[in-house]
Amino acid sequence: MTNPISPVKRPLLCPFNVITGIIILIGLPLTFMRFTGGLGAVANINDTNPWGIWIGFDLLTGVALAAGGYVTGAAVEIFGMKKYHAALRPALLTGFLGYSMVVFALLFDVGRPWRLPYMFIFPGTTSVMFEVGACVMVYLTVLFLEFCPVALEWLGLSKLRKPLIRIAIPLTILGVMLSTLHQSSLGAMFLIAPSKLHPLWYSSYIPVFFFVSSIAAGLSMVIFESSLSHRNFGDMMDETHQASRDTVTLGFGKAASIVLAGYFGIKVVGVAYGNHWNLLLTHYGLWFQLEMLGFVLLPCFLYAIGVRDKNVKLIRITALITVLGIALNRLNITLIAFNWHLPADERYFPHWMEIGITVFVVTVGLVIFRFIVTHMPIFFEHPDYKGSH
Amino acid sequence: MDKSKRKFIGLAAVAGVGAVVPKVAFPHEEFSGYPDGYGVLHDTNLCIGCRSCEAACNEVNGLPAPDQPFDDMSVLEKKRRTNHKTYTVVNEYKTSESPELPVFRKIQCNHCLEPACASACFVGAFTKTPEGAVVYNPSVCVGCRYCIIACPFNIPAYEYNEPLTPRVIKCTLCQPRVKEGKLPGCVEACPQEALIYGKRDNLIKIARERIRKYPDRYVDHIYGEHEVGGTSWLYLSGVPFDEIGLRTDLGNTPAPELTCGALAMVPIIVSLWPALLGGIYLTTKRKEKIAHHEKTTAVNDAIAKTQAEAAAKAKVAVEKAKKDKEFAIAREVKKALAEAAKQSGEEKK
Ligand code: SF4
Ligand code: SF4
Ligand code: SF4
Repeated sequence: MTNPISPVKRPLLCPFNVITGIIILIGLPLTFMRFTGGLGAVANINDTNPWGIWIGFDLLTGVALAAGGYVTGAAVEIFGMKKYHAALRPALLTGFLGYSMVVFALLFDVGRPWRLPYMFIFPGTTSVMFEVGACVMVYLTVLFLEFCPVALEWLGLSKLRKPLIRIAIPLTILGVMLSTLHQSSLGAMFLIAPSKLHPLWYSSYIPVFFFVSSIAAGLSMVIFESSLSHRNFGDMMDETHQASRDTVTLGFGKAASIVLAGYFGIKVVGVAYGNHWNLLLTHYGLWFQLEMLGFVLLPCFLYAIGVRDKNVKLIRITALITVLGIALNRLNITLIAFNWHLPADERYFPHWMEIGITVFVVTVGLVIFRFIVTHMPIFFEHPDYKGSH
Repeated sequence: MDKSKRKFIGLAAVAGVGAVVPKVAFPHEEFSGYPDGYGVLHDTNLCIGCRSCEAACNEVNGLPAPDQPFDDMSVLEKKRRTNHKTYTVVNEYKTSESPELPVFRKIQCNHCLEPACASACFVGAFTKTPEGAVVYNPSVCVGCRYCIIACPFNIPAYEYNEPLTPRVIKCTLCQPRVKEGKLPGCVEACPQEALIYGKRDNLIKIARERIRKYPDRYVDHIYGEHEVGGTSWLYLSGVPFDEIGLRTDLGNTPAPELTCGALAMVPIIVSLWPALLGGIYLTTKRKEKIAHHEKTTAVNDAIAKTQAEAAAKAKVAVEKAKKDKEFAIAREVKKALAEAAKQSGEEKK
């Protein structure tokens, strides 16, 4: 095994660096355009469709996929499933970076981003958006504190690290609470627009749907990400990490299967409660069925089969399907099934520059992720702190 | 360590409940309309689509010049909506009853009694004034555009091409003019009295009276009396309202009621979760401790047992060795004696 303290030298001109470099070079002028020409200069959003992919993908999908942090934290720290311990740090890192990128993307989307702190000065407490905003900000701080020990180990500042390790449990509890609140509130934001969101997606249970699906998203992201990381950063992993990988995949796969089954169940209850069966055969109904059967029920079964057969590969593919399904759901709610009653020419379709900025934001996140995992003790335990967390 | 953690969790739970409950119990304090507020009654039967109101609105509010002049009637051919340059537009509707006689309707903010925009804004940029207007305060707006998502009538517009100071744009019900005792610009300009400004209660009475007097000319409904909890702007029509672009499927639930259930869950989660999760943590911790304790005792027992066994074995071995040794000695002695006897015998020979 390579010595974790002196990470493997990676060539500067590897494909990863070249591609990310190009994307960032394209992203910078787009950013310039956004902040000199306004939102309309780069995005197709308009008065009737004020939210585009920056909200549908960057915010809603981003937050759901960054749920791995609180899900793993709850499993390991609170429910005491120590066998998944090796998954905790990568999950916390993805959570922290995921939320940072969400906030980064919001700086592009809101009209006057420098005023975001106003929500704490003039709190609009009747707004679900207030709850989301406040929770995301506080949770980002919590994730930062949870992640700090890693950076401090890397910097060799063990004095500062100690108190942070000591508050790990309260932080985890706070994190789970904040996540419950804002994961569900992201869905609750749409409660105010029953006349715009298609009845198959609109439900007074939408906060519950969002919360439950975020758990499935978090579990699947941990599995999916661990397989990607293993391929790319396998040389950074110590034996404990290597050894527990399949345990994590099997355990999380099983949990995801159960959560997806529950999610499917409550979604059916949602349709029954609204008595919308008759809508299932319309165009939107078929689209809804695709989401529910192809991206919820199918992965639910595939996970179960994968776990029964101990087929790690199948579980990983299923994780990808689930992640795509959650993204589809969030996009359906914000964009595709939103304003569904309007004629086609009044609907939204993203501009390429809008997509460009989203890709730019994700890429920046990936670059930081790569830097951190190749330098800091994420996939291995720092030799000075072995077994101390 | 353990104790202090437990204390922390307890304190956090208590602090959470204490700090959050009073502040979050807001949805019910939310105001529910000013009964004495003013509004406008728009009788579409009287509207001739002259666009005088549009021109007046543009003038009194100092809005940017329109793309096409206000006397250009060709704009009526297309369906228009409010935008960053216009607070109000008049649209022409071909209806099923009389295709050759179009109906015109003026569109602007309806100044809802319990506005969705105000309920949605996370910095409280909208206020429903006692006079009736829903006014917007650009000095706090962050530009999230959730108000635009929330408005059931698709009214607020946004300055998408403004890089530094974008604002939400919508009709103010001429709040500044009303404060000065003047009529809203559009109402004053209307040559047909298709717009009447007055106390909302009175407007409803007037509207009822017109419906009663001319039942064959009016649909028996005042749009805005109950829609989304009631609006300050009211409409009368001779054709079904959905044919003149007013949705009839919005329901009568005011916006704050749609979200108050979800918001009411906040204090529950804030107070319950720390206690619940803390409890689970302590239980697992305890279980782990017991398991750990059991494990160590088991290991110790096992060690002790093996040690005892080993000791016993060793003792047996030692004893055996001792015996073996004694036996060996005795045998050697015997052998030596025999040898000696033999030798002495031989010597005798
Ligand atoms: S019509 Fe729309 S913008 Fe006007 S008060 Fe009602 S919700 Fe607000
Ligand atoms: S865009 Fe401005 S006014 Fe509208 S909800 Fe957001 S902060 Fe409030
Ligand atoms: S009330 Fe005033 S701001 Fe509103 S449409 Fe009429 S003139 Fe324009």
